[in-house]
Amino acid sequence: MFGWSGTILRVNLTTGAVSTQPTNRKDATLFLGARGLGDKIFMDEVDATVDPLSPENNLVFSPGPFTGTFAPSGGRYHVVTKSPLTNTIAGANSGGSFGPELKYAGYDALIIEGKAAKPVYLWIQDDKVEIRDASHLWGKWVPDTTDMVRAETDSGAKVACIGPAGEKLALFAAIMNEMHRAAGRGGVGAVMGSKNLKAIAVVGSKPVRIAEPQRFFDAVVKGRNQLFAHPVGGKGLPTYGTEVLVNILNEIGSLPTRNFQDGYFPTADKTGGEALSANQLVRPKGCFSCVISCGRVTKVKDPKYAREGEGPEYEAGWSYGADCGIDNLDAITTSNMLCNEMGLDPISVGSTIACAMEMFEAGLITTKDTGGMDLSFGNPDTIVKLTEMIGLREGIGNQLALGSYRFAKLYGHPEYSMTVKMQEMPAYDPRGVQGIGLEYATCNRGGCHVKGYTIAVEVLGSGAKLDPRVTKDKPALVKIFQDLTAAIDASGGCIFGTFGMGADNYAELISSLTGISYSPEEYIKAGERIWNMERLFNLHAGFTDKDDVLPLRLTTQPIKTGPAKGEVSHVPEMLPEYYKLRGWDEHGVPTQKKLEELELAEIGATQAAGALAIA
Amino acid sequence: MSKVLMIHPELCTGCSNCALACSFKHEGQFRPAASRVHVFTWEREGFSVPIMCQQCDTASCMKVCPTGALHRVKGETLVQYECGKCIGCRMCTIACPFGNAVYDSVTESILKCDTCDGDPSCVRMCPVHALEFVEDNISTRARKRAFANKLKTAVEGA
Repeated sequence: MFGWSGTILRVNLTTGAVSTQPTNRKDATLFLGARGLGDKIFMDEVDATVDPLSPENNLVFSPGPFTGTFAPSGGRYHVVTKSPLTNTIAGANSGGSFGPELKYAGYDALIIEGKAAKPVYLWIQDDKVEIRDASHLWGKWVPDTTDMVRAETDSGAKVACIGPAGEKLALFAAIMNEMHRAAGRGGVGAVMGSKNLKAIAVVGSKPVRIAEPQRFFDAVVKGRNQLFAHPVGGKGLPTYGTEVLVNILNEIGSLPTRNFQDGYFPTADKTGGEALSANQLVRPKGCFSCVISCGRVTKVKDPKYAREGEGPEYEAGWSYGADCGIDNLDAITTSNMLCNEMGLDPISVGSTIACAMEMFEAGLITTKDTGGMDLSFGNPDTIVKLTEMIGLREGIGNQLALGSYRFAKLYGHPEYSMTVKMQEMPAYDPRGVQGIGLEYATCNRGGCHVKGYTIAVEVLGSGAKLDPRVTKDKPALVKIFQDLTAAIDASGGCIFGTFGMGADNYAELISSLTGISYSPEEYIKAGERIWNMERLFNLHAGFTDKDDVLPLRLTTQPIKTGPAKGEVSHVPEMLPEYYKLRGWDEHGVPTQKKLEELELAEIGATQAAGALAIA
Repeated sequence: MSKVLMIHPELCTGCSNCALACSFKHEGQFRPAASRVHVFTWEREGFSVPIMCQQCDTASCMKVCPTGALHRVKGETLVQYECGKCIGCRMCTIACPFGNAVYDSVTESILKCDTCDGDPSCVRMCPVHALEFVEDNISTRARKRAFANKLKTAVEGA
């Protein structure tokens, strides 16, 4: 096969059995790789009603066809499992070098089944796969784990691992690779921890082959040049990192502030990309095969928060910043580094802390609950301290590690949780940017921006510009972004590639690489297929249209200050049109006709039956 | 005047596009394990360095080569490798103090930078100009200028 390795590796941690199987060519053609092929492999074998933290849940690591090639910013891998945070399908993807190395070892996917009796790690050298004891690594943080695994295997091994948060089943624990890159969302790290799997180390020496090398090379050069020439892909992101968005979102009054109580944070500029570049940036960093390099190597000099590492990205800068009412960038950056070192998703952590802060100010939790801590908004020491307590599940951190929804519900007030399907929403206020709210409400992994990043059009004007405040044309915008993103994820591409490249670029790249011809329409169709398949899983897991909603606050309480003052989200008005455009019935269930059109009728038969029974 | 590959580690983002370009150019596929350039990254410090053959004037690899497979055309910078003459003794891999001559068991040949016949792919595909192919007498000019600029700032500020 060209583009694909042709082999899938399976490791059963209960029995210790290791086996391989050929990659199914039809599945690869229909679902590409990474998110798509990973979803398909996962759904073929795991029932949607499985308990996410039980041995019956699988954990699938999958690079895509682009992964390991120099397709522009195309070196990612995807982790598929059932999320313990949301109970939906979980898809978290990450850059760095781990995905490419897994591909060079010869695998389109690695399926982890069962649960080891004691802590273990995997050591993969091409065809040689060992399950090794990891008792001595249990409790270690991500950087030390990475170093120790390398010392025992190969100094050049690429290591994906969990930190203490994953071991202790924090429901938003991440899987980290090369220390700073995260498969961050949905608690995939907790699933890894539930299997007693501490780390995976890989070294590969096999080739990724190309069907039409010259045509592929030409498509790569064309795509790179478009990225270099784009104001965001070629200038904004390389210069300031994703933190460039802080001031942009604040200027349109859509930077969620103090747990979404407001949409404008007057001192946000102290936490933006410009401030980060001036005070903390050591140098930009790129993932494997990246031509953008939005990553930030950073150093916090203030002795109180001194730390070296990477980040923050915009989302973490916001969750710990405006959302917690904090404008101290040193405390924000250090908190983000703690997340990397302990294996946590900083979006959910910061947002959960923000939720606790609001409940504290409302008197719903008191110093009796917090162990004496004052959780008022705006105290930079709080975010650093609570992050560590969450990662170690100490004190109130033990409850906060369940995520804001379960935390707020423990105290009888789930309405304070700013989540969709129990996952914390990211850094764009859906009251000021209508399309992104519909993406949050309908995303298959709960509150999430990257699976349908309408911000590109609504705010940044990339390719086209639509007024962020209006709902007109937004359901169609959300659908096309969700479908194209699913295809890019499934190819192993980074979503930032769309700041310069379009469906025509991607179709040409994937066609010349794999030797299978995809028109731009067929490429997007593959994404739509993946989106619908994920939807079927969630319906079978028990979700309905009642779950495609934002927190009540966002549809009923207007933004109080700033440029978007008075706005609320209009998701309920947009939802019916969105379902219709998707070819779903009025309850958001894919029709038989749609499933047949997408060649999912047979594949999703069991899930579809379950879904229809629920509807 | 001859050209050399100049590395600017301070600009390197660690993306490995150079290694991918090298592998693609020489094999028409992606097998970075067989690339002539490798990027080493220190993740704790966030620092990356691409390493490849620098075509030494006094080249140990060439000196120990018993068959003349590694040789230099008079007046040129490039240390050339002629696969047909190579007996696979691997002496060059031992002799090179930088580890820049590598034996590849797949192709049964020595992998070392050949500057892609004077148009190195790694340089072309580096997105941040951390690699340059420049006349050797001006190869450090950028570095000199950066330092001179520091001096200027210091003197002006004094």
